[in-house]
Amino acid sequence: MVKLIINGKQIVADEDMTIMEAAKENHISIPNLCYLEGIHKIGSCRICVVEVKGAKTLQASCMTKVSEGMEVNTNTERVRKARKVLYELLLSDHNKECLSCKRNLNCELQELGKTLGVEETRFEGTRSERTIDASVSIVRDMSKCVLCRRCVTVCNEIQGTGVLNAQNRGFDTVISPAMDLPIGTVDCAFCGQCTVVCPVGALKETDAIDTVWNALHDKSKRVAVQVAPAVRVAIGEEFGCEPGTIVTGKLAASLHALGFDDVFDTNFAADLTIMEEGTELLIRLKNALTGVGDVLPMITSCSPGWIKYIEHQYPQKLEHLSSCKSPHTMLGALIKSYYAEKIDRSSQDMFVVSVMPCTAKKFEIAREEMKNEGVPNVDAVLTTRELAAMIKEAGIDFMSLSEEDFDHPLGMSTGAADIFGLTGGVMEAALRTVYELVTGRELPFDKLHVTPIVGLDQVKTAQIKIENPLKAYDYLDGITLKVAVTSGLNGAKLLMEQIAKGESPYHFIEVMGCPGGCITGGGQPRSDDVDVRSKRLQGLYMEDEGKVLRKSHENPYITAIYEEYLEYPSSHKSHELLHTHYVMRGEFNELTKERFVLQPNIPVKRVNKKGVEEEKTHTAQSDVRRKREEMVDIRILALEAENARLKSELEDALETVDIYKQVVAENISKRDLKIHII
Amino acid sequence: MSVKSNNCSCCTQDDTQKYDEIANIIDLYKDKEGSLIQILHHAQEIYGHLPLDLQRFIAGSLNKPLSEVSGVITFYSFFSTKPRGKHTIRVCMGTACYVRGGKKLVERLQDILEVQLGETTKDGKFTFEIARCIGACGLAPAIMIDDVVYKQVNVNKLESILSKY
Repeated sequence: MVKLIINGKQIVADEDMTIMEAAKENHISIPNLCYLEGIHKIGSCRICVVEVKGAKTLQASCMTKVSEGMEVNTNTERVRKARKVLYELLLSDHNKECLSCKRNLNCELQELGKTLGVEETRFEGTRSERTIDASVSIVRDMSKCVLCRRCVTVCNEIQGTGVLNAQNRGFDTVISPAMDLPIGTVDCAFCGQCTVVCPVGALKETDAIDTVWNALHDKSKRVAVQVAPAVRVAIGEEFGCEPGTIVTGKLAASLHALGFDDVFDTNFAADLTIMEEGTELLIRLKNALTGVGDVLPMITSCSPGWIKYIEHQYPQKLEHLSSCKSPHTMLGALIKSYYAEKIDRSSQDMFVVSVMPCTAKKFEIAREEMKNEGVPNVDAVLTTRELAAMIKEAGIDFMSLSEEDFDHPLGMSTGAADIFGLTGGVMEAALRTVYELVTGRELPFDKLHVTPIVGLDQVKTAQIKIENPLKAYDYLDGITLKVAVTSGLNGAKLLMEQIAKGESPYHFIEVMGCPGGCITGGGQPRSDDVDVRSKRLQGLYMEDEGKVLRKSHENPYITAIYEEYLEYPSSHKSHELLHTHYVMRGEFNELTKERFVLQPNIPVKRVNKKGVEEEKTHTAQSDVRRKREEMVDIRILALEAENARLKSELEDALETVDIYKQVVAENISKRDLKIHII
Repeated sequence: MSVKSNNCSCCTQDDTQKYDEIANIIDLYKDKEGSLIQILHHAQEIYGHLPLDLQRFIAGSLNKPLSEVSGVITFYSFFSTKPRGKHTIRVCMGTACYVRGGKKLVERLQDILEVQLGETTKDGKFTFEIARCIGACGLAPAIMIDDVVYKQVNVNKLESILSKY
């Protein structure tokens, strides 16, 4: 512990702390921008500078460690002035179309300007070119980027994908995939974690709101919506709730209020997934243990970011993936077949919207594999954030809605489905059903929670010994089932390396692409609460424990759909609708021709040399022409600038020469004088 | 996991040899921390420039993200991602050369070579760049072709100088 003084106040802080952390603990808030508690501190924006007695320059408080006897001032005139100048410099190369920006009033840069009391922008000059790189999942608008590099940290260190990095140098620096490749053409998993940490509107999900409004207004369509488990524990935050607040009833009510014809629950399909995936696991175990041979460990396939990751990084290991589609595409397939038949509509009449905590789901529905008879299983994916925006746009007072239920027959679910939204949840749900199916007894854990795989650790493992199974499962007698759970792609890499080396001891692995699972997926509300993960985790476990039915196989609607339509798990029908296959893509996309670039007609406003705004339609051709024109412009500008610089250099040089001439003349006259004196 | 890029369509037999050579260099430096720049230097020396396919090959062999490799390449001006000409012409744009007509040389050369600054001629003979002061102010305006300095060049001399190459 060290003693120091911040703003005249004597405080005690841990010696490992930075000034920022020590100040925060003592309720002194230091404005900052690039800093992200616990994840990212590189001091690139310098907004958090403070005055430290004895130090010549201002210090970035997010980087500077506290020390004994230190005297810090966070609010001097020098500090305030410096912050304002830094802020204005950030603005000088920022696309300030705030009113039409998706992040308007939800932007950390805007908020910071307010905090710092900045009322003018004095620096105008060359600005970074506005290019929009749109993929099916993520849109990059680098004219808004402030180079804070949070996305770089998340992409490289947290997720280990390394798709985004700083390219070029100086003013030309841009955070981008290699060689300006569009993000839809590289090995991006579309996990969207970068869109969660981006403080401005530079990285965001590809908009689906308009598509969904259009469908809702189209009288010829029957529009069904479904919501993922993790949405109900997070969307409340957009309406002022504490993180972790469960708002399932209001969520269903808001979807009815928005005008969706059918409000279904992806949870139903989560229960269905357990039936299909559990059966697949038992088949694989049987084949492996009885000498027929099969691929183990089997790995879950609910997370499309994870799927894209393995397709790029381990294309030779795709046979480890469960063949199950993800729950929302399963439900989409059923809405357009089972349900459409029930209400006597054709699959083309149905429009399915999925509300997901995920940006990668937007990519998933664009996959060829997620179509049945040419009709996509799901037509549009909204992120949790996008649905909240639609509810606000429609003028629905979310918090005052009375609770409603999801519609039948695809709206009922068990507690096992709720925990699909958190790391360890799919595994636990599967074990609840598989163990009971095999032994006839309930899973032997307190409250049915498989304790070793509960929590937010990167890799969690558990072993469950199977004794006295039912006769049909003799082959499992005495077997210790080994399972592993991981969330975040760095964790996935660890387990995949084991598999690649042939050293994986596990039978079954659950992987979720985002750290913590879907509760903190790339499409979830942005939160400044550092405990947001554990709060949402607790929320979903509570939702599970509050239900009477907590095992997927107990869901009466699941039993009914097998009796009425699918026959039995892993039947021919269910393989047709609920199972899929994967694509070998390779690290550099070299194994497939599939790309996920969008070429939308986004009007691109840019300021020309005269300061007049031009509106252009952003197409590939005009882009090339524009780029060529701009290159010429830039070259002329560069030469003109060079010319001006050299002229001033020359003037300086001439002035220097004059001065020397004078000095020489003076010296000569002095010498003359001396001579004269002598 | 790493992908041999030498079965890509752009590679010739000659390229395969170069890739092999680069692969040997990578093996040599692979386990040394911070050796990426060294490897890139050698690779550029062997291949002439560092195109995307070669970057992929290097990133794959080193198990590093491609964006990191290209980040380093685009940061340092010494590295080039485009093919360079057999010879590099650098027109000095230092103060002395500039005032004595360096700019005119640039304009004329652009016409003669039919390229813009930073580009390479279609026949692959010349890469055209400007240089900061090359320390030959007394000989202004000067141009350099590879490591030969031509003094007091004027626009009329250019064609005869170029014809030597």
